[in-house]
Amino acid sequence: MKHFDVIVVGGGHAGTEAAHAAARAGARTALVTLRADAIGVMSCNPAIGGLGKGHLVREIDALDGVMGRGADLAGIQFRLLNRRKGPAVRGPRAQADRRLYREAMQKMTADQENLSVIEAEVSDLILEDGRISGVILADGAEVRCHRVVLTSGTFLNGIIHIGDKRHEGGRMGDRPSVALARRLKNLGLPLGRLKTGTPPRLDGKTIRWDVLETQPGDDDPVVFSFLNRKPFARQISCGITHTNEKTHEVIRQNLSRSAMYGGHIEGVGPRYCPSIEDKVVRFADKTSHQVFLEPEGLDDNTVYPNGISTSLPEDVQEDYVRSIYGLESVNILQPGYAIEYDYVDPRALRPTLELRAQPGLYLAGQINGTTGYEEAAAQGLVAGLNAARAACGKEEAVFSRSTSYIGVMIDDLITRGVSEPYRMFTSRAEFRLSLRADNADQRLTAFGIELGCVGEPRREAFARKMDALSAGRARLDNLVFTPKQAVERGLPVNQDGAKRSAFELLAFPSIDFEMLRSAEPELSEIDDDISEQLAIEALYANYVERQEADAEAIKRDEHWNIPDGFDFQALPSLSNELKAKLERARPQTLGHAAKVEGMTPAALTLILARLKQLRAKSA
Amino acid sequence: MDTIYALATARGKAGVAVIRISGPRSKEAGLRLCGTLPEARVAGLRKLRLDGEELDEAVVLVFEAGASFTGEEVVELHIHGAIATASAVLRALSQIDGLRMAEAGEFTRRALENGRLDLAQVEGLADLIESETEAQRKQALKVLSGAVGKRVDAWRADLVRAGALIEATIDFADEDVPVDVSPEVLELIARVETGIRGELRGITAGERIREGFEVAIVGRPNAGKSTLLNAMAGREAAITSEIAGTTRDVIEVRMDLRGLAVTILDTAGLRETEDVIEAIGVERAISRAKTADLRVFLLDGSDIPLIEPMDNDLVVHGKADVLTQAGLSVSGKTGEGVDRLIAAITSRLEGMAASASVMSHERHRNSLTKALGAMESAQNEVLAGADRAELAAEELRIAARALESLVGRVDVEHLLDEIFSSFCIGK
Repeated sequence: MKHFDVIVVGGGHAGTEAAHAAARAGARTALVTLRADAIGVMSCNPAIGGLGKGHLVREIDALDGVMGRGADLAGIQFRLLNRRKGPAVRGPRAQADRRLYREAMQKMTADQENLSVIEAEVSDLILEDGRISGVILADGAEVRCHRVVLTSGTFLNGIIHIGDKRHEGGRMGDRPSVALARRLKNLGLPLGRLKTGTPPRLDGKTIRWDVLETQPGDDDPVVFSFLNRKPFARQISCGITHTNEKTHEVIRQNLSRSAMYGGHIEGVGPRYCPSIEDKVVRFADKTSHQVFLEPEGLDDNTVYPNGISTSLPEDVQEDYVRSIYGLESVNILQPGYAIEYDYVDPRALRPTLELRAQPGLYLAGQINGTTGYEEAAAQGLVAGLNAARAACGKEEAVFSRSTSYIGVMIDDLITRGVSEPYRMFTSRAEFRLSLRADNADQRLTAFGIELGCVGEPRREAFARKMDALSAGRARLDNLVFTPKQAVERGLPVNQDGAKRSAFELLAFPSIDFEMLRSAEPELSEIDDDISEQLAIEALYANYVERQEADAEAIKRDEHWNIPDGFDFQALPSLSNELKAKLERARPQTLGHAAKVEGMTPAALTLILARLKQLRAKSA
Repeated sequence: MDTIYALATARGKAGVAVIRISGPRSKEAGLRLCGTLPEARVAGLRKLRLDGEELDEAVVLVFEAGASFTGEEVVELHIHGAIATASAVLRALSQIDGLRMAEAGEFTRRALENGRLDLAQVEGLADLIESETEAQRKQALKVLSGAVGKRVDAWRADLVRAGALIEATIDFADEDVPVDVSPEVLELIARVETGIRGELRGITAGERIREGFEVAIVGRPNAGKSTLLNAMAGREAAITSEIAGTTRDVIEVRMDLRGLAVTILDTAGLRETEDVIEAIGVERAISRAKTADLRVFLLDGSDIPLIEPMDNDLVVHGKADVLTQAGLSVSGKTGEGVDRLIAAITSRLEGMAASASVMSHERHRNSLTKALGAMESAQNEVLAGADRAELAAEELRIAARALESLVGRVDVEHLLDEIFSSFCIGK
């Protein structure tokens, strides 16, 4: 019988990243998926990254994950979003060639040591003494393991809606995993229902590109991986068009035939990704909505019209699409559809993404109520890494909100749950100014090395970069000017008598690195990418310093685990209301308790006192 | 780790009040106020000053890290027990960088974390925490109900909206959202700022109700200020004579005006003078008059030099027994008009008292002041342009956090709600 340390169920973005992370961390890992040739498939829009999401991809990359490298190999249009805003809120994004991405992912999967791919359907889990000890495949075969990571996406009770037609399925053309769903239901997990939608896919050969506005990529593309410098594939532009009054009229006329508005759907959809029906109804005074026409590949004619996802019947989809400028004679290759699916309330998870109710079983991706490839992959990495560490008897790898978007996402999920599909935004990170895409490696690669999930090439590149950064920083710190000296060298500062280092001067909006170089030619020895990094750090230095005390407090509170059986009722002086809230929220750390509504520092002290007492007794 | 401070003794009049400072910057803060610090665990008498202003004289104690109540470096200031004194010292501490007022229970929490309390003491904490929690709850209820609650709700809505507008331009930059939201954001910030400034004035009035208002009588030499003071007080509190410039120092008389505690200040007559001692008296008169809550300008025919009346001030004509003038005139000598003057003073002070805010604690003043500072920075960042939007957002976040104890937590979900209800997101 085959035996693995970790089995990952599902070969989507979460599953792939989970399997790679587990294998990198040294666990013998199997990735079980229905179709090996579907590893790396992008089932929604052909783009990776963006605001918040690009940050996640960089963090995955900093931990030596595969998503960033795959996206670099497949990227056909790179854009750094918010390029004209501050560096903390810039997000790398790329249109990806579907085929290239799939190929990149499949090749990396084949090349990864410790990782086997098993093409099969998992129909059930094997439990022994309450612990996970393997999975049963649809043909009845058993595969044994210590830990299972389940990344079943929208396959749990998935129902696809096109107008009033509906059928069971995870995404177009795939089988739903009904048996496994029953198993999870039997675990008594809290389930909820969500929905999401896709637009019709268009035949690019039938679009009048010559009359449409285009959006090119950046002139100096910024890629995802810290190991890469520039794109690999040929770069192309996207098209832009707009809906109009006629489009909206067609949609209004047929609203009752939409699955959503016809009352066929109970799941909650994402507010940031509404269907075109939703847009027309909720923003009735808008006469036009933007539509991005995103090519799905260099040698693929399929076009993804971003902005018009729908659950209207096929004939209506054709009518409204053809009412749009440039799309008058377009052919629909695949109709848009809405999909409803079950998710597990992520408050049932631990910070490692292990189910509290079922030790040994980890959940990652859309099954936890999130949306997006990047969110899924980041969770996969955390679950895979932790499953591997647990299987090998090592301690947990927990990500803090103060050092990563990954930490922010997991903390949000397990403490607050979700009310709509969860997507990352930069505004979710309270330490946004220090959690930047540009310094993901500085924040996480050392942690990854410690966890054993970072390979040799990256370790070396990282060490070189850190040496160069600290040498550059030391030079800037040691170069000190009086205001008079500064002005003499063309650096505009107030004559306030305060001496400032070159690093401090760099924080002034009116001073850039180029000016420092003219003031002190020796600084030209610092490489451009290092000087750019130093300038960003100088810009935020004051803020980061101010936030350090907060970050430290968060870390301190995160470090105090509240055991599962902790009796809040037994705390003598808390109000009954607060006790009830704590019982409901069941915070897992003191940090989580601090976020319970109505919590006071005094009450927190009381919980801490009890935790200390418990710790002392058990010691 | 932050350095925190708070009044360690109960608030209210007492012989001695103890202010405790704990954390890595305690000694630094102690040095700022005291000039020098005594050796650890040796009491030392020090004058407390900040930026030249003398606050009080205190017995100062220093405890080294590892040998204090919290386990951290601690400085204790044993000051005089008057409420005003404690407030002044707390306010001075709030102005020192890196210090913040402790939350309820925070000293205890640090003691606990640093292993300074044994388990029996931990059990005993419950009562303390109960009282602190109860105090916080009551305070919160008081703030969140009634008229103040409504004002605070409006600030909250404005802060959420301003934050949402900026966040929308950041997080949905590639979507259909307005590119320039600065006019509305600036308007929203300005509105909250105005509200907070009003509330801060109210806080001052609230303190005055507890500690007493100050009313200064100002005028030229020999205008009859001391005579008027004596008439108001009903006793010979100040020396009077025909000689101009008899009053050199500031003379204070405490009175009760319809339940309001009021201190009337008689000040030196204002004029340019070569006499060194008189000049000091004039300077003192001006500075006390300026910080007083109300000024009574006593005219004797000509203008009063060196100081201008402010909005609410009373201008009256003196020596009503010899000069006849339109408007309010008084004579300290005959008592004519004194009752009317007292009535006028009382009504002005009552007006101020009526605007007294519920938020009358040092903690509220701190959070409002901090929020104001952050909002000013936010305005500057908004004006600096879109490339500093994330800094504007950060300052607004700091402002919202500072007001958290008043307006409740403004969290990202509130911003997102506002964004999604205002803009059609989803390209």
